Amino acid sequence: MQSTSQTREQVEKAGKPEPVPLEQVLRVAELAQLELREDEQQEMLRDLNAILGHVAQLNELDTRDVPPMTQVNAGMRADAASEGAVDAGNVLREDSVRPSLDRAKVMASAPETDGTYFKVPKVIER
Amino acid sequence: MAELKSTSSSASPVAPRTIRSARHAIVSGETSAVALADSYYATIAAEDPKIHAWLALSRERATAQAHRIDDLAKSGELANEEALPLAGVPIGIKDVLVMQGAPSTAGSKILENYRPPYDATTVAKLAAAGAVLLGKLNCDEFAMGSSNENSAYGPVHNPRALDRVPGGSSGGSAAAVAANMAVATLGTDTGGSIRQPASFCGVVGLLPTYGRVSRYGLIAFASSLDRVGPFTHTVEDAAILLGVLAGSDPMDATSAHQPVPDYAAALDQPVRGLKIGIPEEYFAEGLDPEVRATVEKTADALRAAGCTLHKVSLPHTRYAVATYYVLATAEASSNLARFDGVRYGLRAEDASTLSSMYRRTRDQGFGKEVKRRILLGTYVLSAGYYDAYYRKAQQVRTLLTHDFLEAFTQVDAILTPTAPTPAFRLGEKTDDPLAMYLADIYTVTANLAGICGISVPCGNSSAGLPIGAQILGKHFDEATVLRVAHAVEQAQR
Repeated sequence: MQSTSQTREQVEKAGKPEPVPLEQVLRVAELAQLELREDEQQEMLRDLNAILGHVAQLNELDTRDVPPMTQVNAGMRADAASEGAVDAGNVLREDSVRPSLDRAKVMASAPETDGTYFKVPKVIER
Repeated sequence: MAELKSTSSSASPVAPRTIRSARHAIVSGETSAVALADSYYATIAAEDPKIHAWLALSRERATAQAHRIDDLAKSGELANEEALPLAGVPIGIKDVLVMQGAPSTAGSKILENYRPPYDATTVAKLAAAGAVLLGKLNCDEFAMGSSNENSAYGPVHNPRALDRVPGGSSGGSAAAVAANMAVATLGTDTGGSIRQPASFCGVVGLLPTYGRVSRYGLIAFASSLDRVGPFTHTVEDAAILLGVLAGSDPMDATSAHQPVPDYAAALDQPVRGLKIGIPEEYFAEGLDPEVRATVEKTADALRAAGCTLHKVSLPHTRYAVATYYVLATAEASSNLARFDGVRYGLRAEDASTLSSMYRRTRDQGFGKEVKRRILLGTYVLSAGYYDAYYRKAQQVRTLLTHDFLEAFTQVDAILTPTAPTPAFRLGEKTDDPLAMYLADIYTVTANLAGICGISVPCGNSSAGLPIGAQILGKHFDEATVLRVAHAVEQAQR
């Protein structure tokens, strides 16, 4: 999404972000496949700005040399601060053929199905 | 507060059943698993109309399991203490964990009537250990909340004071134990959702280390933060349940290959000589004076039991809530993309195209707080803002984790209040999401750092409301956390 209010540099410099305008809230809602009713739009705008105002305090911290924490179980070792630390925890199971859930049982939960496929409203208008 | 007395479990003349006492009663023939389950269902029928902890009961499944346990008891197969440690023990499950035999809604309209085709690993482990699973417990929608007021099926009332919240998001799980409607329950904790309601309802709530307990079958909220853990009357019961729940699971790649110690046996080790850290940042502005005094008394009790107290500093604590709400909402916006009206759950009826079906389904199915968090999470991940918000928060998460790793080079465990106040009133914070988020200030840190913790009752306010002490421990050092909590519990008696 192209910024309609402020750039990253502006956020970092200003500390307090400029308020997010309504059109941007609506754009984010579209990205998230959410429909906002009229009465919800103003409320979400107010709440989003209040929360982002609180979040702006993170800019008090100089994090230029701090690696982002991308794996929780990697952080469990004292030396994990170094970027690219080998992940200590995630172990994948063997990729072998085994029974999975029964199709009929799974399809029983679907709103619309022909028994083999999930059915949805048409994707392309002719 | 006269009305507290009639609903307070501490005023009840009969001590609540523990795991050992329930199992023993069945094995010795004092009662049967079927009769015990019936008695809990009777309590639910009598008490729950005013508390609303339960969303669905799984009576058929529970009765079948109880009959199986009674058959085993009669044939003498339960005489060995190690056989089925939860034989016949009535347990409730938070509705974000999938379980066959009842709908799993996660407190959301979008999953109304969803009947999962499999059990979560934690649910399956309880059943395999002999537990009788009574049903599903109310919670904030998708575990997003600190008061249980975000459930699409109505709030839970705190059994200790019906005009108060039980805490959240596992409010039903905490209330069910507090009101004696289950011997124990499962909850989940993404930013405090086990510990804070345990504190508000006066029960024990355990947050295991990230990776300690499988999350397969947990309807995901924020996957780098979510944990599954027990609510119990006693610390010993929490230790027994963790022993059943812990361990690696091939269905969850984040579950750790760490050995599972005998947690219940660890409780017998004395706490003498343990170093307890007291972080000044958790006793600062915003802490209710009665909560402070009660937790300080708890520190004195630990000193009397032979622990030594040490000031420690966790300097980035004040940034934890902001960090948490960036990361948790970002992950939620991704996890909740799966609710699209195609494979399960609600589908809006009136849509003629796929994209309008997605939007209308999500509009009708999600409540306000869920939409708010999806919006915030989508915003912080969107192009142009990712570095300023998401990456920044991940960096601060590294700093917060290092605060703990540093502190744990000096001390064995850390003592704090679980929440800044006792249970607040229903409706008190519903109009101000930020004020609600700030109630999580002492609990979100453990989720961010991946460490374990517990909330254990440590006293009551002058109004008779429960106060919880939080004990935080090193990664995979639940044994020490449980030992210290046990000492706190013993000091109350």
